[in-house]
Amino acid sequence: MAAYILRRLAGMIAVMFIVATLVFAIAHIIPGDPAGVMLGPSATAEDVAALRTRLGLDRPLPEQYVRFLGAAVSLDLGQSIFLGRSVLQALGERAPLTLLLTGMAAALAVLIGVPVGVLSAVWRGGAFDQAGTALSMVAASLPSFWIGLTLIEYLAVRWHEFPVAGYGAPGAGLLEHMRFLVLPAIAVGLPNTALITRFTRTSMLDVLHEDYVRTARAKGLHPATVVIKHAFRNARTAVLTVIGLVVAGLIGGAIVTETVFGLPGVGNLVVSAVLRRDYPVIQGALLVISGIYVLVNLGVDLLYAVLDPRVRY
Amino acid sequence: MARVTVAVSPGLLLLHRLLRRRLAAAALLVLVAVLAGGLLAPWIVPYAPQRMDILHRLAAPSRLHWLGTDEFGRDVLTRIVYGARLSLLVGGLVMLVATGCGLLLGLLAGYVRRLDGVLMRVTDALMAFPDILLAIALMAALGPSLIDVVVALATVQTPRVARVVRGAVLVLRELQFVEAAEALGATDARVMRVHLLPNLISPLVVQATFIFAAAILTEAALSFLGAGVPPTVPSWGNMIAAAQLYMQQADWLILAPGIAILLTVLSLQVLGDGLRDALDPRLRRLMR
Repeated sequence: MAAYILRRLAGMIAVMFIVATLVFAIAHIIPGDPAGVMLGPSATAEDVAALRTRLGLDRPLPEQYVRFLGAAVSLDLGQSIFLGRSVLQALGERAPLTLLLTGMAAALAVLIGVPVGVLSAVWRGGAFDQAGTALSMVAASLPSFWIGLTLIEYLAVRWHEFPVAGYGAPGAGLLEHMRFLVLPAIAVGLPNTALITRFTRTSMLDVLHEDYVRTARAKGLHPATVVIKHAFRNARTAVLTVIGLVVAGLIGGAIVTETVFGLPGVGNLVVSAVLRRDYPVIQGALLVISGIYVLVNLGVDLLYAVLDPRVRY
Repeated sequence: MARVTVAVSPGLLLLHRLLRRRLAAAALLVLVAVLAGGLLAPWIVPYAPQRMDILHRLAAPSRLHWLGTDEFGRDVLTRIVYGARLSLLVGGLVMLVATGCGLLLGLLAGYVRRLDGVLMRVTDALMAFPDILLAIALMAALGPSLIDVVVALATVQTPRVARVVRGAVLVLRELQFVEAAEALGATDARVMRVHLLPNLISPLVVQATFIFAAAILTEAALSFLGAGVPPTVPSWGNMIAAAQLYMQQADWLILAPGIAILLTVLSLQVLGDGLRDALDPRLRRLMR
């Protein structure tokens, strides 16, 4: 087990090294001078030169690369060009909202996706299975921002059931914040339920045909006990895998949906950074978010051993 | 001789099997209609996409304007049809570029053992970014043009194709016909081209439809965020973005492009599923 964890950590470091290299490359494929692009056409030559020096763009490319990697390792993500603070600070201020939103969306996707998947497998080919499959395909075909706007229009504006936008007063409690995030979480979570439903259904179907399930049924156990205690127990690892996979989709959905609901989270930060060409912020967000994704998937891999004692490393 | 049959009859056979499935046939019909609309846009729509009619701003759907008009009095149906043109162009190009690049990378990773580690770590790294985040970051670097959107979205999708192809190659290369070719002294390039490639077409076709769908969704999100094609080009994403301000007075502005996206993407997903079922049943195992 320890050797496995070490090997996985080494693999993770390799992936993060390539991630950092890609992030560096993205900022350097900008045609022309990034400093000029960031400051816009009205900037003076002196301003551009000053920014070039500040960002280290006047140095040779290999030196810039090594400096960038060194800074990334020590989590020094540089200064934002427009926000007057460090990128890490800006990300830190906005991370709680995005994490809460992603967490709520994930909970929603799992709470809908897993039961629907299990029941679809149990009642395979029946009306529930067909309706579940159809609805999850529809959900997967809708852009999260469109779901968000439709929810605002029909649930918030017309029926006043939920707040239209925002995140509540700064000092508000967690529950109050969560109330503001219900509609955004639906918008982010819904398209991601489809994958969870599908994976759960397939892995349950695999398990339901196993001999030990037939034995459990033959013993006269209650059908629900067979499904939950015997079959689902062995389908959990597959469900865990898909949850690791949808993390990227959830964060991506949160990025787009935050702009719809005017939520001051990481997504809003990144989108305005892109529109203003604030490259240090874009780079920092790419590094941190991909780091989270890699960590979550490491966690998923390690949880396999906990959930399934047959897994040996 | 054998290859001639591979090139012609499975295509027809596949179409036949696909049309026997009612849902897949319906999806194909929707896609053909969307494609025809997109291709023939200038000849079938009643108005020019940029033509403004200030007297009929935000007009509700009527006989003159089937889907109503927007805040400048432009005909919504016209812009939806032109939006289809853009979505299909972007989706189609992304599909071609991503399947091409992904096929090459997947073949190399799966068959040439020396390259596997490096190539797969690079795809791992690329897939660690959420689609939309990588796409908007690339757009910030590249600039707002159609080609840049295609490049950004193809970069996002290529690793997914590469993974599927590599998975299929790992299974195929252990089979006896590959071993036989190797024993006869075939070069790596020949084994990949003559023996592996024909067996990869099925998983590739299925994956291509899903990529088409994903590209349309991500393009819409890019346009919605203002980081996609220039705002003057009618696209489903920037129609929804513009409609945000007026949705209380004119909800057709938001419903029409949303339903257009839903119908197109859903049809592609259904078609992909239908193709998967209609193709070799062994494919199911290779796809995992």
